[in-house]
Amino acid sequence: MIPAAFEYSTPASIKEATALLAKHGEDAKILSGGQSLIPLMKLRLASPRHLIDINRIPGLAYIQETDGVLRIGALARESDLEESNLIRTKYPILVDTSKVIADPLVRNLATVCGNLAHGDPANDHPATMLALGAEVVAVGQKGERRIPVAGFFSGPFATALRADEILTEIRIPVAAPRSGGAYLKLERKVGDFATAGVAVQVTLSPNGTCERVGIGLTNVGPTPIKAKRAEGFLQGKRLDEGTIKQVAQLAAEESQPTADFRGSTEYKRDLVRVLTARALRKALERAGGGR
Amino acid sequence: MLVQVTINGEKREAEVEPRFLLVHLIRDVLRLTGTHIGCDTTHCGACTVLLDGRPVKSCTVLAVQAHGKEIMTVEGLEQDGKLHAVQEGFWQEHGLQCGFCTPGMLMTSYAFLKKTPKPTEDEIRWAISGNLCRCTGYVNIVKSIEYAAAKLREGGA
Repeated sequence: MIPAAFEYSTPASIKEATALLAKHGEDAKILSGGQSLIPLMKLRLASPRHLIDINRIPGLAYIQETDGVLRIGALARESDLEESNLIRTKYPILVDTSKVIADPLVRNLATVCGNLAHGDPANDHPATMLALGAEVVAVGQKGERRIPVAGFFSGPFATALRADEILTEIRIPVAAPRSGGAYLKLERKVGDFATAGVAVQVTLSPNGTCERVGIGLTNVGPTPIKAKRAEGFLQGKRLDEGTIKQVAQLAAEESQPTADFRGSTEYKRDLVRVLTARALRKALERAGGGR
Repeated sequence: MLVQVTINGEKREAEVEPRFLLVHLIRDVLRLTGTHIGCDTTHCGACTVLLDGRPVKSCTVLAVQAHGKEIMTVEGLEQDGKLHAVQEGFWQEHGLQCGFCTPGMLMTSYAFLKKTPKPTEDEIRWAISGNLCRCTGYVNIVKSIEYAAAKLREGGA
């Protein structure tokens, strides 16, 4: 399968790339990893007239902590995240997430930022970034702005990015002491999208109560879902088994799954409940509060 | 659009449309037909090649994206008439029946063993989880990769 014809450009800087985006507007798409976009183009579900390949722009493949923020650049691949010592030791929730995205070969090209910019409610990083309280940097012709991930997804495959903007960076607050998180996904086989997925990140206070909590849900609604009621309920409470059960139930109620070949709405909602409870226990253990 | 690549150590170039896929450049233009096209939908991994050392699915990369890069295909494994350890492993341990997935399996294994010289069975199965085989049930493929790992550790090719 060959995509429909398009014009191809390889800007040497973000500035050049945003100028091209501004010129071509909705007719243009950014090519980073291409592991979602190229299949869509081959199936002719997308036929952009202009493809702006940012892969030749230097200095975008970073994963680093600076000034209390973990920054992931637009060209950091999923496999870079999996292999990063910083991520493996301090952000296991991100390794959990990368490892269940597509397969190892796809992850050698697929980018973390692209996983958000694509706006697919079935993608995995959105839930994790919601749980982590991340924000993204959008650069356009008029400069750059920061958008909290909680306000980034506006509908299926729709985001807050303007036509001339590129998502250049994900910013995650450096994990405070006594923090832990986990991402759990049920997939029928490697490479499948989630039947459901749940990301949890908690920070415990010195007395063991929940100081900060983020819960994100994958593929159980038209957009990635931030389970706000479940989060609110857990705030200030101790993560005992009774509380875990109630939080999991609230998260299940906040999910909005539709029935498809992966399961019925009842099944998926119950799966959210089960995965939330398991992710909470794992997050608690990783936060060092398991005992 | 002119695409210049180094493929299996040799500099080659071709004039292609931007929408042309890397796998077609390799097979139809450069005439290296060892790389297979299986599902053509990013699932099966039969088209796996190394792009700057990393295994990728060449049906999901544009040929123009490979400009200036190094590609290695299954044809690049054998050196001076001597099979590479991964090839020998698949031969010795019967790691194939129909052989369709084999070029992709070999390229993934080659890259994997460079990074992971002493793999566990779990790690091997994880590494090849993007390469589908519909004949063998993977048992002999895993054995083949274990064979190659042992041979490489002994200092074989």
